[in-house]
Amino acid sequence: MSTVIDVEHLDFSFGSGVLTQPVLKDITLSIQKGEIVLITGPSGSGKTTFLTIIGGLRQAFHGSVRVLDQQFINSSEPVKVKVRQQIGYIFQQHNLLKSLTALQNVSMTLEMGNTLTEQQRRDRSAEILIAVGLGDRLDYKPGQLSGGQLQRVSIARALVGQPKIILADEPTASLDKQSGYEAVSLLKRLAKESQTTILLVTHDYRILDIADRVVELEDGVIKKI
Amino acid sequence: MNKLAWFYFPARLAWRQLIFDRSKLVAAICGVLFACVLVFMQLGFKDSLYASAASAPVKLNGDLFLMHKQSEAMWRPIQFKRSELMRVLGNPAVAEAYPLYLGLAPFKNIQTQVKRTLMVYGFDPDSQIFNVDEIKSKQIDLRLKDTVLFDEYSRPEFGPVRQLLEADQNVTEINDYKVNIVGLFRMGVSFAADGNVITSDLNFMRIFPRRNHGDIDMGVIKLYPGASAKQVEAELKSQLNEFINIFTYEELLKYEKDYWANTAPIGFIFGFGTVMGWVVGLVIVYQILFTDIANHRNEFATLKAMGYEHSYFIRLVFASAFFLAVLGFIPGYLLSVGLYHLAESQMYMPMPMLLSKIITVFMFILSMCVMAGLLAIRKLKDANPADMF
Ligand SMILES: Nc1ncnc2c1ncn2[C@@H]1O[C@H](COP(=O)(O)OP(=O)(O)O)[C@@H](O)[C@H]1O
Ligand SMILES: [Mg+2]
Repeated sequence: MSTVIDVEHLDFSFGSGVLTQPVLKDITLSIQKGEIVLITGPSGSGKTTFLTIIGGLRQAFHGSVRVLDQQFINSSEPVKVKVRQQIGYIFQQHNLLKSLTALQNVSMTLEMGNTLTEQQRRDRSAEILIAVGLGDRLDYKPGQLSGGQLQRVSIARALVGQPKIILADEPTASLDKQSGYEAVSLLKRLAKESQTTILLVTHDYRILDIADRVVELEDGVIKKI
Repeated sequence: MNKLAWFYFPARLAWRQLIFDRSKLVAAICGVLFACVLVFMQLGFKDSLYASAASAPVKLNGDLFLMHKQSEAMWRPIQFKRSELMRVLGNPAVAEAYPLYLGLAPFKNIQTQVKRTLMVYGFDPDSQIFNVDEIKSKQIDLRLKDTVLFDEYSRPEFGPVRQLLEADQNVTEINDYKVNIVGLFRMGVSFAADGNVITSDLNFMRIFPRRNHGDIDMGVIKLYPGASAKQVEAELKSQLNEFINIFTYEELLKYEKDYWANTAPIGFIFGFGTVMGWVVGLVIVYQILFTDIANHRNEFATLKAMGYEHSYFIRLVFASAFFLAVLGFIPGYLLSVGLYHLAESQMYMPMPMLLSKIITVFMFILSMCVMAGLLAIRKLKDANPADMF
């Protein structure tokens, strides 16, 4: 098995000088290809911060963070942009573009690579939207969809580029029990099919059973693995 | 495909975002339209002013022209001695030299009796110094006592002269002196005079009793065929008194236009108005682009997290600016065409919608929108993908 995310002795703080606030302390964690790892922990424990560093959205300076064989510590923006293009993101809010239809939103992921024709992009996007159960909502705009449907569109958007990693931050927080569980199970099923690694932050204990492994973070320290 | 995608994708997203919020799009288009109409009208009035300022000299038929150095423009001439003009006859290239007398005087509307100032041109009817067919054909009538020709393009406040003539009502007063209108010609009004009348030099002296033949306002010189106007101009310049200006035809036109552009503050006023239109449009478009970026901050940050580069969003902003420029320009152009027609029919000002003007205004509007885009892209920095989680 190959290691997709390899973190060693990561330290991270916000602020500087006397205002320095350590958020992550000596984190060591490695995640294999196809693994589904959940991170839980109380609010303010540093889960989101950890996820943004893994996603190459926040620069860390101490320790080692290797994602898809790229070192993120003291890395340049182009390096991170390259890795980001191989990661699918699912946010707490759906963060879809409200002027675009579901299909166009999903296609945005594919427009970046620009290796496909317009028709191929449409077909692939439609295919994945059908897979998340939105085959009859392709041309709906976010304003016309429910919370659960929106989150499923964003799952489709994250998956359509066939990313190696999916990063999700409390994807069920804005959903009710039923649709939250459905969305996550769907994510799991589709990810397992394509051997995609998932790193998912949640404190929704009802979804812990989808994980291969649960990591608990408290005050910036990993409690148990 | 790759080169095309480089601009096509951000432009398509810009377009989709623009048309998504119709009311904001309409507001944005109105802003550009406003600037567009303002600039069109300013340039239209300015060009019209310059064109009409030169409407009289354009009709003059001569190779060289003399004016007093202190004459700022034809509508406010300073007199000089007729003998000064006659000296040019000594040059072997000069065929003829004729004086032109100019004066502003009140003209009585035949119907309403209201007096309004117009320009009176006095010339020797045999001289053919006007390149206007109606004037040439009335040569005989103009030789008679107290006869004038009336410019049909004069403002309507002088009365429906054509209809009045057809009804044999042709007697009116200029400068309180009774004259007969014996015909019409077409020349055009300027900002200095609302109308024009042409008469013989003898009648001119009757209308303006304090003027005399010896003091002239302009000299019109005709050269023998084949003579170089430039060369004769140089020769005469050294012979003439230093207070006399000598112009070729083109120089005279330019002198008249420059008067309005520079000496009179009008050129500045229109230039200022044009710049103001640009600035107002800039502020409006900037506001719209700026709030648009602010409103789409989360969406842009999301796209950045997904791996979109910063330059993609810069292209997107400039595409929006370009679309706004085009979308505002089209109705702005159509509205301006209507307003130009209105100005021509209601104010009797020549306002041609020339292709060069259309291009100029479009470039103006485009530069305005691009500038607004340049100012607005700073706001893109606010879209930080780390804040999205
Ligand atoms: N942008 C930021 N600037 C400064 N401090 C921050 C910022 N984001 C988060 N923090 C702080 O870092 C700590 C961890 O936050 P976060 O990673 O969001 O925790 P969690 O996601 O587990 O709730 C909190 O104390 C929070 O106040
Ligand atoms: Mg959080």
